[in-house]
Amino acid sequence: MNAPAARVIDPAAAADGAETRRQLGICNICNYCNGLCAVFSAAERRHRLTPGDLDHLANLCHHCRSCLYDCQYAPPHAFAVNLPRALARQRWHSYARYAWPRALAGSFAGHGRRAGLLAVAVVLAFTLAVVLTVPAPTLFAAHAGPGAFYAVVPLSVMTAGAVLSLGFALFAIAVGVRRFWRTTAPAPRIAGPGRGAGGGALARAALDLLTLKHQSGGGPGCADLDHRPSRRRRRFHHALFYGFLLCLGATTVAALRHHMLGQPAPYPLLSAPVLLGTAGGIGMVVGCIGLLWLRRREDPAPTHPPSRGADVALTWLLLAVAATGLALLALRGTSAMGLLLAVHLGTVLALFVLLPYTKMVHGAYRAAALLRDAVERAGR
Amino acid sequence: MLVIGGGAAALAAALEAAAAGARVRLLDAAPPPLLGGNTRHSRNFRYAHDAPNRYTPDAYPAAQFRADLLRASGGGADPRLLDTLVAQSRELPDWLLAQGVALQRPAQGPLPYSRRTAFFLGGGMAAVRALADRALALGVALMPGCRADALVRSGGCATAAQTAAGAMGAGAFVLACGGAHADPIRLARHWGQAAAGFINRGTPHVRGELLDWLLAAGAVAAGDRAGLYLVAVDARSPAADGGIVTRIRGMPLGIVVDCAGRRRHDEGADTASTRYARWGQRLAAYPAQTGWLVLDAAGLRAAPAALYPPIQAPSIAALAAATGVDAPGLAATVAAYNASIQPPADPLATADWCTVGLVPPKSAHARPIAEPPFAAYPMRPGVTFAHHGVAVDTRTRVAWADGGSVHNVFAAGMIMAANLIPQGYLSGLAVSISLVFGRIAGREAARAAGRAGGGAR
Repeated sequence: MNAPAARVIDPAAAADGAETRRQLGICNICNYCNGLCAVFSAAERRHRLTPGDLDHLANLCHHCRSCLYDCQYAPPHAFAVNLPRALARQRWHSYARYAWPRALAGSFAGHGRRAGLLAVAVVLAFTLAVVLTVPAPTLFAAHAGPGAFYAVVPLSVMTAGAVLSLGFALFAIAVGVRRFWRTTAPAPRIAGPGRGAGGGALARAALDLLTLKHQSGGGPGCADLDHRPSRRRRRFHHALFYGFLLCLGATTVAALRHHMLGQPAPYPLLSAPVLLGTAGGIGMVVGCIGLLWLRRREDPAPTHPPSRGADVALTWLLLAVAATGLALLALRGTSAMGLLLAVHLGTVLALFVLLPYTKMVHGAYRAAALLRDAVERAGR
Repeated sequence: MLVIGGGAAALAAALEAAAAGARVRLLDAAPPPLLGGNTRHSRNFRYAHDAPNRYTPDAYPAAQFRADLLRASGGGADPRLLDTLVAQSRELPDWLLAQGVALQRPAQGPLPYSRRTAFFLGGGMAAVRALADRALALGVALMPGCRADALVRSGGCATAAQTAAGAMGAGAFVLACGGAHADPIRLARHWGQAAAGFINRGTPHVRGELLDWLLAAGAVAAGDRAGLYLVAVDARSPAADGGIVTRIRGMPLGIVVDCAGRRRHDEGADTASTRYARWGQRLAAYPAQTGWLVLDAAGLRAAPAALYPPIQAPSIAALAAATGVDAPGLAATVAAYNASIQPPADPLATADWCTVGLVPPKSAHARPIAEPPFAAYPMRPGVTFAHHGVAVDTRTRVAWADGGSVHNVFAAGMIMAANLIPQGYLSGLAVSISLVFGRIAGREAARAAGRAGGGAR
């Protein structure tokens, strides 16, 4: 049943698995941390610590880091337990293991530099294409009124780009999550009698996901910057995540208004798409800047440097999406609109294209791991 | 005033003294990452409470706490200190929460059921960090990595501590630096060569310089000079700081032999958590302080997880070769053991299996050692704390043979725990003793320092 997990991308990943297993073996005897989050009880249930178990636990971990500072076996102790780092590394390798198509898993290598460079390339290429194809008088004119955006980038191009890139990304992520779900299936004894995900488990997993329940160090907060409990990372993540959802909501409402009511963008300042998009954009900017600030100031000890670099690259991309979106809104009546629209759509395209091959996938695997955890707990 | 030590007692003393307005310096022998003494390895504390609460699922009346400790200490607990401990233990959860220490609710992850103790969320390390943060916020000067060897006295007063950083003056002193059990040379005074076979489960920095100084200066000793709380640990554990995970727990599922392959005790008699200490004490009398827990494959499957993998071999003879246990001795012991097993009427009642005619018997869980591969865990005694320290009164003032010669020296924590546990132990007791008497010592010392310095700040 664990055949897929036996596929190992490189020997370093196998060595990481062994190290994660060694550390969790110590945790499973000590167990002092089992009030901090769901990982420790789950590790006890899955005490055999198969490769699939390790990937499940790594993605159940919200990297709150408290368990490093609370550990009596943390370095300089000879046992050198640094579970947040071990699980971050395991998690990062797991993204590559489950990525589809496998040939693109290489984007997870190299400290996030590849994904970052690729994002910049997509933005530049898209902007350049707009600049080269749209006549300068059109591009640099101050448009106004319904359909102004489509004078620069035709609606068909916009729609096709969004549907194709996002559609492919969601499909690729779905394939990855399916692989993950199968590989991380627990031993039958753990799964409990009702092996399916019941409504209760689903609701619980959704609540854990939407509230980031396990990013709280068991209540007092996480070790965001150093050992002291803090709620900053959780709040900034909420700002980014819910800001992102509001922006998606704005786009959806706009699409409905366009196609159902025949009202093309741009919309007035006091319309639902603009209000949702503005609130969402501000949330994303605040969240991104906050998370980048934390990344700059945090104690590197519990982090895994390659995934940390990739994390920073992704946060910059999200910040670019939000900031260009807000700039576009502010300057949409001016001659800068055309170029801003090109840059903004370029960042959105880059985000969609890279969705399955950046840390963005963490949300999907985290949701799957939380659902599995809720099912296992309900089965007890 | 000066607090010497870095665990729960020292931090509690520093916090109470600082809250009372004293200027406090805290010296700890351990380097910064190891601040916290053996509280780093703790998880819970025992306290009296009359009703269930958020952190403990049932009541634990004071009378019961008192009776439990009297029983565990063989009646040796100082009755007045016992009253103080039990009465003031009630305040501990609220006091800890007020200092920023988080406690774990039983709903937050499976805790071992305990109506007698409350658990630190994240364990003792988290508690130490929270208390140290609070101390810093109150202006306590934390000086980790600074060992104090002796006090300087002038008449009826201690005036300074001799430290690695020179003499440090103060108006009052709290000695909360633990016993002397981490120093093999001090252990050898009472245990001879056997001390070399012990493994220290806790911090290596509890070396007893100040306890020695106190006793040499005429303080009254408490407890048993040779008394050690020993627990069976894996012989391959690090020399210090192995903490909770190095324990070997599966004795009832197999047999325990010495280097000659002989059994010495009934492995089935005690299956409760008291067995850890029982076996620790027994191993101290084994040749080279080493015993082996021998299991067959079935026993190993049922045994609790252990830190190090067992030594495994396909036959008993090969297991003897791999462990260095005398091969004919081990073979004879296993054969005699297997031959003496009497299955119960219901063979599925595993606890009811016992031996007949075997000396010593195995009175429960006596399943045959038959299914290969065979496994062995090497075990040694793990020193947890010493049942020896200095006598104090209920205000934690050190008791002096001449009736009161150095009046501004207070002692709290494991350095005076032997007044309460001259033998035996109860889970969660060390942290409770440390916090209750640490708090008292801090308040008393702040008052004494205020008198010495002509008033508090």
